[in-house]
Amino acid sequence: MTAPKSATAPLSASNVVPFVEPLKAVRDSRPLRLITCGSVDDGKSTLIGRLLWDTKAVKEDQAATLKRDSGSQNDLGLPDFALLLDGLQAEREQGITIDVAYRYFATDRRSFIVADTPGHEQYTRNMATGASTADLAILLVDARAGLLEQTRRHATIASLMGIKQFVLAVNKIDLVSYDKAIFEKISHDFKELALSLGVRHVTAIPMSALKGENVVYDGRAAMPWYDGPTLVETLELATTRSAQAGAFRLPVQRVSRPGESFRGYQGTVAGGSVKPGDSVTILPSGMVANVSRIVTFDLVRNAAVAGDAITLVLDRQVDVSRGDMIVSMDGQPMTGLNFDAHLVALQPGGIEPAKRYWLKSGARRQRVTITPVSQLELSSGKWKPHHETLAMNAIGKVHLSFDEVAVFDPYEQNRATGAFIIIDPDTNNTVAGGMVTAKRADLGGIHREGERVLLSLPADLADELMASEAFSARRDDVDIRRVSAARAADILDEIE
Amino acid sequence: MHIHTSEYDPHSKDQIAKPPLDPHLKALENEAIHIFREVAAEFDKPVMLYSIGKDSSVLLHLARKAFFPGRVPFPLLHIDTGWKFAEMIAFRDLMAEKYDLDLVTHTNPRGKSEGVTPFTHGSALYTDIMKTEALRQALDAGGYDAAFGGARRDEEASRAKERIYSFRTPEHRWDPRNQRPELWNIYNGMIRKGESVRAFPLSNWTEVDIWRYIQAENIPLVPLYYAAERPYVERDGMMILAEDPRLELLPGETVQHGMIRFRTLGCFPLTGAIRSTATTLDAVIAELEIATVSERQGRAIDRDQSGSMEKKKREGYF
Repeated sequence: MTAPKSATAPLSASNVVPFVEPLKAVRDSRPLRLITCGSVDDGKSTLIGRLLWDTKAVKEDQAATLKRDSGSQNDLGLPDFALLLDGLQAEREQGITIDVAYRYFATDRRSFIVADTPGHEQYTRNMATGASTADLAILLVDARAGLLEQTRRHATIASLMGIKQFVLAVNKIDLVSYDKAIFEKISHDFKELALSLGVRHVTAIPMSALKGENVVYDGRAAMPWYDGPTLVETLELATTRSAQAGAFRLPVQRVSRPGESFRGYQGTVAGGSVKPGDSVTILPSGMVANVSRIVTFDLVRNAAVAGDAITLVLDRQVDVSRGDMIVSMDGQPMTGLNFDAHLVALQPGGIEPAKRYWLKSGARRQRVTITPVSQLELSSGKWKPHHETLAMNAIGKVHLSFDEVAVFDPYEQNRATGAFIIIDPDTNNTVAGGMVTAKRADLGGIHREGERVLLSLPADLADELMASEAFSARRDDVDIRRVSAARAADILDEIE
Repeated sequence: MHIHTSEYDPHSKDQIAKPPLDPHLKALENEAIHIFREVAAEFDKPVMLYSIGKDSSVLLHLARKAFFPGRVPFPLLHIDTGWKFAEMIAFRDLMAEKYDLDLVTHTNPRGKSEGVTPFTHGSALYTDIMKTEALRQALDAGGYDAAFGGARRDEEASRAKERIYSFRTPEHRWDPRNQRPELWNIYNGMIRKGESVRAFPLSNWTEVDIWRYIQAENIPLVPLYYAAERPYVERDGMMILAEDPRLELLPGETVQHGMIRFRTLGCFPLTGAIRSTATTLDAVIAELEIATVSERQGRAIDRDQSGSMEKKKREGYF
């Protein structure tokens, strides 16, 4: 298996050195957000340091501070990049990385925002944070070690958070004598892993971050057998995630009423596009109106697309307030009281069943109860039934139950309107991040009105009944709990 | 006072002539406006820290955009140490008048009562009293529960790890090891009484982005950012502007004249100039693109030690 070739002709190295020539007046791309996954052992600090160094994002005085602090350099005469990256005092003292950090570098084609997350300590929590805004994940492996269990963990979390583009950085290729066969074996294994997660855009690159081969500058001299792109070339050509293709969504952040004559709804377009004359629905109320104007500071615009921060003026007096969502009339999101979601627990207390939390999504904050259903076993990638508290760093499938109508799109379709955070009302801390997968029938099961019958049956007879067509046709109306005969007797006695 | 750029007027006839922002700057602008609106909607009493520098100028411009056609719905707070460049104060007052802003200024009374100056107390102690302590005084006096600042993550290592909503205790302390996770663009603004949040709409901007945005949007700046023939003295390896009569020459120092400008603006005795011939914005950007040192290199307060910014931030500095 060979590495995929880039879609366009390879760039010469001279194209990717920024800020030496005057910047072009207009850059043709939006910034790419990416996350790096791997540990210190894989050479992650060195890789990021190399990216910043070779794109001239590190200035001389910063390098001098580094040299003063470390008093040492590596054998190539470069500063200790790990010190550059670990910005907090405790990190420098303990030689560990604590928290997500954001790095910035640019080539003359594009600028990049890197979420740099620690590989070991609290990796799930920090990775989920960094991955939430990322368009692409770089998964780093040591060529000597190949894929590890942590590679699977990182890939699984990244794909769960909606990242659809992976770069496999096979680092320290110099330490295996630039062996093509080793690179091909690792990239083959990784592509199988990625496919099992539903990720098809995978680029594998052999590199030496320490020597700067195939990071910013090509490593052809050492690896003539590799004719694919460098890391930076791959990043320049990656796509940013955009919700422009979907239906129009505007979560209302704020109502602007500077005077009696003006009433505008301010927010960032979270999906699709809008233009004057469009018919819209306000959710959750369901009222309808037409767009009369799109106001921005610069000029009255004739259209706005996903990502634009705008002020929308409607053609009639309707009741719209912060937290409402203005949506296209012919492509509406899901509304309801019950949803399915994936959730990552972020704090030591975990996520407790039956506790009432705050959920914030877009500009809307509302009360929610969370019922865990299963938990992801990261080592195997399998979901195991789990109905108890989800501990910190656990990833679970959950049911969300609201007191008031909630509005979501599936996260797969729209990251902005499918994502939410959970806030603990006792501490005000952010205790989970989540992604809505589907809506649940609001009136199914025990919540359905009308008369119900409780049966206590031997398990084998129940199984036979449930296999019938009549049963499966109305599966959503049925609640089932498997308990011991004694417990069933207790429950029925209680009803008497 | 001469302002270098003509202010862009959205209602003038030549608005068509203004080219659209490139997608990169547009994305940064959208993100900043989103943060401004979110904070203004979620908090009872926000305030914007206004330091008069280039980042503050961009911040102010974005605030005006975020709330257009309304006016900026919160006051601007300037912590005046008493040692700012005279041109900065004149520019501040001009902006407040021109854009109909509520301007609040505060100076720590200890400056006068105890004679705290950058010359007598050293940069670290002076900064602690006249900036950090003054800021805490002003925030407490105003009862502000959210304060916008123009800090960028690319400025300094500890800032690279700071959230966009940076939670502060009632004592204004930042606990870098115990920050709230921040996912997507969903910000947690829930606080108890007395607690507050510092909000940083420019978190993801770099210095180059700031300058390119100033250029694209024609944002007015304090003229000190542009090179001119100015008097200066050399002290501790820095070129200090020699205009203020309170600057006393030390033995061996003489006032020199030359073409200089400033990459950042703070208190004049603590801010070093660079030699430059860049008298226009284009020339400033051209210089920046070949610069090999970071902008904070000219700031004495950052050089005391590595980690000094983190220490100041823990104590309540921005």
